[in-house]
Amino acid sequence: MKILIVGGGMGGTILANNLARKMRNELKSGKTSITMLSASDKHMYQPGLLYVAVGKMNPSEMYRDQVSLLEPSIEFKVDPVTEFNLDDNNVKAKSGATYNYDIIVIATGSRTHAEGTPGLAEYAEQFYTEADAVKMYRKLEAFEGGKVVVAVGVPHKCPMAPLEITFMLVDYFKQRGIWDKVQLHYTYPIGRTHSLEPVAKWATPEFERLGITYETLFNMKEVNENVVLSEEGTEAEYDLLITVPAHKGMQVIEDAGLGAGGFIPTDRKRLNMEGRDNVYVLGDTTNLPISKAGSTAHFEAEALAENIASIATIGTATRDYDGKVFCFIEAGDGKATYAMFNYQNPPDPKAPTAGIHMFKTAYNKMYWASARGLL
Amino acid sequence: MADRKIVDAKNTFCPGPLMELIANMKQAEVGDELLVLSTDEGSANDIPEWINKVGHEVIESSEDAGVWSIVVKKTK
Repeated sequence: MKILIVGGGMGGTILANNLARKMRNELKSGKTSITMLSASDKHMYQPGLLYVAVGKMNPSEMYRDQVSLLEPSIEFKVDPVTEFNLDDNNVKAKSGATYNYDIIVIATGSRTHAEGTPGLAEYAEQFYTEADAVKMYRKLEAFEGGKVVVAVGVPHKCPMAPLEITFMLVDYFKQRGIWDKVQLHYTYPIGRTHSLEPVAKWATPEFERLGITYETLFNMKEVNENVVLSEEGTEAEYDLLITVPAHKGMQVIEDAGLGAGGFIPTDRKRLNMEGRDNVYVLGDTTNLPISKAGSTAHFEAEALAENIASIATIGTATRDYDGKVFCFIEAGDGKATYAMFNYQNPPDPKAPTAGIHMFKTAYNKMYWASARGLL
Repeated sequence: MADRKIVDAKNTFCPGPLMELIANMKQAEVGDELLVLSTDEGSANDIPEWINKVGHEVIESSEDAGVWSIVVKKTK
């Protein structure tokens, strides 16, 4: 059986490693092969971008060689897919090569779509690539005071990012000794300060305690120099605009017509592409109405690895993905908390503590064990 | 009748039904209708609140066995 994994991010990497361990004998005998195609020979720890943006992490700390994270039995190629031929069970890649498969897993991820909001790329700061995070830090470094606005597009990767960057900005300005010269204003697309109600109930009084003003039901429509306009007809003036731009799936997914916005219609339990029983989808690439987060891809990958191994050996899947998501929330002031939930159980985040912040700091290093499928 | 896309946000907590609707509205064409399915009681209020604030249209809203069905139309 030929298993092809397209994408070398969190989901694809954990899936590949878990599969390689579960199917050690089949791989050794040559009955099964696992091939991963990726656009890069490097693997980025994406949550690190948040820290790079406020000068708390060096960009080089975010990377490892992808091949160093993979079980040796996995064939890894830097050869991004350019064409999906799902009816013929093959893909074409940038090199011109065609890769056949029996099972394909598409885990190409998502990207910011700043160009979808006029003026955003020109006037606003963002932190979803290394270059943008570094640029944002340099802008912060040169900032001496004024009104800072945080604005958020939909959908976006990492649901905690808007709150985390806000609280991390407070710490940053305090440490520079200019917090008294800053007015921080937070905006959010729906009618509370976070999509998770228990998180909003914690964050809103924190904003009030810190003197952060906020406006809800604010969806960025257009960014002009020093003012951002909302779909709802309001506007927010700024001296520095920090944004979480709206995201899309990858262009190749849109071009192939696999899903609107680059997000593939996916079964929420079995993770197969709707209408296809040998095409699976992981992480940000799905259209599932759940958080676009590394932990989502992680837990989906664990369930899918069990199912693909079962399909290969006993002919049928054995496990459903239960919708599990786990997100740390950096709360500033050396504290953090977390939200954990699934399709059936809502989150119940506790008050932030220094201990959870220390664990999150440790996880920034432990991530590499997680990507290897060991944690 | 306009295309009616289903936004199935039942039994999900984050990003939640309204955020899912906002994301799907971006991909919709003017005149499209979207049916949001939600198990969050708050959707009955917060979806119409946003739709009215932006200037789209709520076509119908109903509840059956804990599932709210809200049909909206993109008007601009």
